[in-house]
Amino acid sequence: MTGGIGLLAPTLPAPKSETRLALERFLRHRSATVGLALIVLFVGVAILAPALSPYGPIATDWGAIRLPPSFAHWMGTDEIGRDELGRVIFGARASLLAGVVSVLLAAAIGVPAGLAAGFARGWTDVLLSRLVDAMLAIPFLVLAIALAAVLGPNLKNAMIAIGITTAPVFMRVARGSTLDVMTRDYIEAARAVGNPAWRIAVRYVLPNIFPPVLVQATLSIATAIIAEASLSFLGLGEQPPTPAWGAMLNAAQQFLTQAPWLAMFPGAAIFLTVLGFNLLGDGLRDALDPHRG
Amino acid sequence: MRRYLASRLVQIVPTLFLVSVIVFGLQELMPGDPAVLIAGDSAGDPQVVAQIRHELLLDAPVPLQYLHWLGQVLHGNLGFSWRLQEPVAALVLQKLPVTAQLAAMAFFFSVLIGVPAGILSAVKRNTAWDWLANAVGLFGLSIPTFWLGIVLILVVSVWLGWLPPSGYVSPTQDLWRSLATTIMPAFVLGNAIAAILMRHTRSAMLIALRQDYVRTARAKGLSETVVVLRHALRNALIPVVTLGGLQLGTLLSGAVLTEQVFSVPGFGKLVVDAVYNRDYPVIQGVVLTTALLYVLLNLLTDLLYALINPRLRTA
Repeated sequence: MTGGIGLLAPTLPAPKSETRLALERFLRHRSATVGLALIVLFVGVAILAPALSPYGPIATDWGAIRLPPSFAHWMGTDEIGRDELGRVIFGARASLLAGVVSVLLAAAIGVPAGLAAGFARGWTDVLLSRLVDAMLAIPFLVLAIALAAVLGPNLKNAMIAIGITTAPVFMRVARGSTLDVMTRDYIEAARAVGNPAWRIAVRYVLPNIFPPVLVQATLSIATAIIAEASLSFLGLGEQPPTPAWGAMLNAAQQFLTQAPWLAMFPGAAIFLTVLGFNLLGDGLRDALDPHRG
Repeated sequence: MRRYLASRLVQIVPTLFLVSVIVFGLQELMPGDPAVLIAGDSAGDPQVVAQIRHELLLDAPVPLQYLHWLGQVLHGNLGFSWRLQEPVAALVLQKLPVTAQLAAMAFFFSVLIGVPAGILSAVKRNTAWDWLANAVGLFGLSIPTFWLGIVLILVVSVWLGWLPPSGYVSPTQDLWRSLATTIMPAFVLGNAIAAILMRHTRSAMLIALRQDYVRTARAKGLSETVVVLRHALRNALIPVVTLGGLQLGTLLSGAVLTEQVFSVPGFGKLVVDAVYNRDYPVIQGVVLTTALLYVLLNLLTDLLYALINPRLRTA
């Protein structure tokens, strides 16, 4: 009997989950896949740096000062004879580490604050929102420079400074998404069955504000990489002799007429990494929110 | 309109209060004892240090220190530069016009590039033009300001010899030389905002082009140029004005690096030099002034938005 019904029933494909649909939309997004490929490339370069670098990043050769690109040194050598390719390869570590760690820090501060503001409303919301307004009133890089300057010039402090200054953006995104999620029927249902507030926030609200937070995180990594490069350009990031793309550009500026290639490669590396995250962020946004635009 | 203005003015008071708390908080984060730093050669003499601490109220409770600091700030006293031995407020006022000129020129460039690119992208949606405009936008968002500056110096100044690579001449001194020294940094600074404006204009135009009034204009037989420029753009520009105004923070952030690359003696260079010399009162003064400027210019943008938007004007 059951077999008979099975034969007669129309063979409809199983409905696809939201996640699967988003994944399909993402994979169809050509520029997003290019972005992902760029990120994978740079992450791979950062991880495999010791194996990929033909020379050490701090090994000096006084007989090979400011050599133009050649077969021996694909990107030339710097003012104290260090291989530029090796320094660009190792420089990926500082940039990517700063991009990811500072955004994780920003999300760790901003998302719970935004969730609390949107969930509790009232005075909690007013106070947190005003604080965010105040932090956003100070131009991002100016505040990051001031914080990095008072904390002391090193990569760890640069990441803390960027993380703190990026946190308000996450708070805004999380708050806005929480307010939206709170109007949904499943929240009403979760309340009706007697779930405590913390459980509703963690179990039902948090997973549903994840997509916009993920998009923001990807785009913020791009901003954070530029911010780290800017701070290290100003001498407030990774300290010499450890290579960092921003600091390499600062040094290259002094030899612009004699060794212009020194200014090209670290800049191109920053540009391509940031481009990768921007492309990925745009693609994720289109995939996770197809109704937008 | 008056009620709107009053409510906006009331809203900025807590923001400015919290900004002042953040900026004062920076002082608390600063390493070392400011009294020892100010004492300089006499830092070894505990009596001198104690006297400075007492004079600056550094031995008072933190809330009292804050109130004293706030009182000074409200009287226009932003502190004293440890390195330059000048009042910070005087330094800020001296450097501000330079950055203002750079920012105004940068904003001009960003509108000149961003708005037409956004219109073209929306009108020619899903064509090669749209793709090109988006690519230019993405390029502007992804390229680090200081690297673009360095590349332009190399190409335009070093290789072609068209413009000076660095320096600054005031427009009151020599207008043409002033333009020659600021055109490149202004372009670099405007580039990132052009990309943002292009994206905003594109979205606003796409929405405007879908509206009934555009369909009506087309049905009346008006030419596509008139429909786009007179009917769609006029409405699309309203949100673009507001969002453009919000980019002031990006301009001020970008100015820090651009001025450093092109050796323009403005606000950004002042804060970077202060960072190099651990001149904390200057850092604090610059942060406070930029925040104040940002809040005030946002207020102006909001008022401009209310003026050009009839729905808010009559509310």
